[in-house]
Amino acid sequence: MPTFVRTEKCDVCKGQDKTACMYICPHDLMKLDKDGSETGHAMKAFNQEPEQCWECYSCVKICPQSAIEVRHYADIVPLGGSVQPLRGSDSIMWTIKFRNGNMKRFKFPIRTTSEGSIDPYGGKPMPKMDELTVDGVYTKAVMGGFRAGKPEELIRLNK
Amino acid sequence: MSEGTFGNPRIIEEELDILLIGGGMACCGAAYEMMRWAEAVEAETGTKLRIKLVDKAAMDRSGAVAQGLSAINTYIGSEQDPADYARMVSNDLMGITRDDLAYDVGRNVDDSVHLFEEWGLPIWKTDADGVRHDGADSIKEGLPLLKDGGKPVRSGKWQIMINGESYKWIVAEAAKKALGLSRIEERIFIVKLINDKNDPSRIAGAVGFSVRDNSIHIYKAKSILLAAGGCVNLFRPRSVGEGQGRAWYPVWNAGSTYAMAAEAGAEMTMMENRFVPARFKDGYGPVGAWFLLFKAKATNAYGEDYMVKNKEMLNDYPPYGQAAVPASCLRNHLMLKEMKEGRGPIYMDTVTALAKLRETLTPKEVKHLEAEAWEDFLDMCIGQCGIWVGENIEPEKKMSELMPTEPYLLGSHSGCCGIWVSGPTDVGAPTAADPEEEGVPAHLPRGWNWGYRSMTTVKGLFTAGDGVGASGHKFSSGSHTEGRLASKAMVKYALDNKDWKVELDTPAAQLAEEIYRPVRNFLEHKNYTTAIDVNPNYIVPKMLQMRLQKIMDEYVAGVATYYNTNDKMLAVAEEKLEMLKEDSLKMRAKDLHELLRAWENYHRIITAEAHMKHIQFREESRYPGFYYRTDKNFVDEKNWHCFVNSIYDKQTKKWTCFKRKHVDLVDKSKLFKAAAPH
Repeated sequence: MPTFVRTEKCDVCKGQDKTACMYICPHDLMKLDKDGSETGHAMKAFNQEPEQCWECYSCVKICPQSAIEVRHYADIVPLGGSVQPLRGSDSIMWTIKFRNGNMKRFKFPIRTTSEGSIDPYGGKPMPKMDELTVDGVYTKAVMGGFRAGKPEELIRLNK
Repeated sequence: MSEGTFGNPRIIEEELDILLIGGGMACCGAAYEMMRWAEAVEAETGTKLRIKLVDKAAMDRSGAVAQGLSAINTYIGSEQDPADYARMVSNDLMGITRDDLAYDVGRNVDDSVHLFEEWGLPIWKTDADGVRHDGADSIKEGLPLLKDGGKPVRSGKWQIMINGESYKWIVAEAAKKALGLSRIEERIFIVKLINDKNDPSRIAGAVGFSVRDNSIHIYKAKSILLAAGGCVNLFRPRSVGEGQGRAWYPVWNAGSTYAMAAEAGAEMTMMENRFVPARFKDGYGPVGAWFLLFKAKATNAYGEDYMVKNKEMLNDYPPYGQAAVPASCLRNHLMLKEMKEGRGPIYMDTVTALAKLRETLTPKEVKHLEAEAWEDFLDMCIGQCGIWVGENIEPEKKMSELMPTEPYLLGSHSGCCGIWVSGPTDVGAPTAADPEEEGVPAHLPRGWNWGYRSMTTVKGLFTAGDGVGASGHKFSSGSHTEGRLASKAMVKYALDNKDWKVELDTPAAQLAEEIYRPVRNFLEHKNYTTAIDVNPNYIVPKMLQMRLQKIMDEYVAGVATYYNTNDKMLAVAEEKLEMLKEDSLKMRAKDLHELLRAWENYHRIITAEAHMKHIQFREESRYPGFYYRTDKNFVDEKNWHCFVNSIYDKQTKKWTCFKRKHVDLVDKSKLFKAAAPH
């Protein structure tokens, strides 16, 4: 099953009703087995539809206990390798283990501002309603991204 | 109000001015832009627009960018013209695109990219000595932002490299802050749009259900942005076990955008178009950086560069074959020849490429290069790394196989299927006074603009990203931009229709009954048999999906036939799809998760049917390498240099296909070399 949950590590986010992995999975795959009737492990999360897993790692990255790992698609990939991240606030570290035991480690930046610090409209202009019909976005004059283009390129306007 | 149960869900109704369906790049762009205009409206008139965004997942990781990206594929830069961009889009999509839409994205898209950088997305830079720095390092080095003239690292003419693991997280943060949490509802899957009782050509609302509790949500809205992605897994994938989750495009893109729009009466366009990416085999890892940044070559099993060896084949498709950069489908066409004639596997020669780069680099730079190669996958396609580690592939030592995937339908990446929308007015697009092909149904607008940018032919219904047809190559940044452009027109529309009293054409109870039908099917019949998955009274969504995939794969040019179909095969598919559509009413849902799958698969069927009907109508093979109609195995510029559009009648459940005239707004002859003498 592409993602799997380590039984002894999962604490269902300290016994909450909704776990972080359930919150984040874009495909609604993570499920909480409250009474153990589905997995034999009561109060643990599991991937309820492994053949629909994109291996996007959203659950792996968000799990506060690092309880979720990936055993890559069994119908494709030989066993024994692993690719495991540790996502911090400004970077992510990857530990990569090959089937033959070789290891690699990488660290990449993920953002240059602190999480939650975005001020979406700070320092941005307040548009006027009568500009609603003018082409372009409201930050056109301040973000330096508008590319006016050469008028002669628009051949039907030049006829 | 009492809590709902699985057998008797609670119905929650809400009245809005504007509803955003989806939480991906397009809706995040729309939310960001819209809330500022809503502020302006409130400041100037005191009118408070009621706005809400509904996502079937969580915005932090929803949509096609959920996993992250290693590049932004659309950044124009100060050195290129939006007209060049419109030309590239046209060239890659075999000449049939809307220049007005592409041009408009092109001139506005960099604004969004500059915002992403301001919000914290690390963007690679080149310094004055030509040395590359990652997005964090470039800030430490004091290199300027893009906005202030910083030089991005171009991996191609239009692409720039990023450290994009948290790309979606960052863009969603800005959108969520703009909206405020009270305007966001997550884990609600909208499955159906509702037209207005007093004007069927107008949108009136949308209905869906919660995948977390037993509730049905009915939203009345004057204006709706439908941007819920493309369509994946409508064809049988090459991997049918666990690996079927490893779709190239996100597996949760279920054609909801196309199906809901079509059922609401919106005019669809270019639904015959598909994308068959040639990617690293099985993991579907990206090839762009390998081709463009690392200068690797793809070869057949015997080391021959098939793009050189088979280049004569390009002459079969003038003028497109003569383009400086052949269209993606034509590159597949040349690769498929090698595969079909038994000279596979096809390889990406990573070994030679990296060895060549090492010749001129210091050991430190080599180490950096290796990290870049891995990051390309780790940022956006970790599953490919899973394959490399499992198979002991280190790219400097061992080459990797390439493979064309199963077909995908989408409008934002390298495909252009989608919905026909109103475009900008200032770029010379045809108007109602210009000539049009015969056969366009009378109720549909003439010309390429009918009042509101990005509005579909249904009043009040807008789209962006994968929803907008006939204009591919927008990618993440372009989809965000399209959402922003649409949102302005939506605010305008909501104000212009302030006094319109929205009325749903279907009563709430009936909507609820329809949406929970798979649940009823299950509860009513589950005890008839001892095993719940085999029952003559219902079909499990997973099996229905497999039936759809089998039909599409075997008759509508999937991988089983090397992307070949013909009029006879399409006729078989037509009959089988009709029965499948009938049987979709018998899908069962044993829980809310399966109800989600049931409706996703219904959306896939409608999308697949549109795809089949359009291929059937277009009597040529416009995209050699993506699909071939073997009975019409040529590109016919004389008769088919036009859009194929369609409408769906939800009462009769029938499609009507027709032509729309194609017009160039920028000069395309600049793309082509003089035709080679034959």
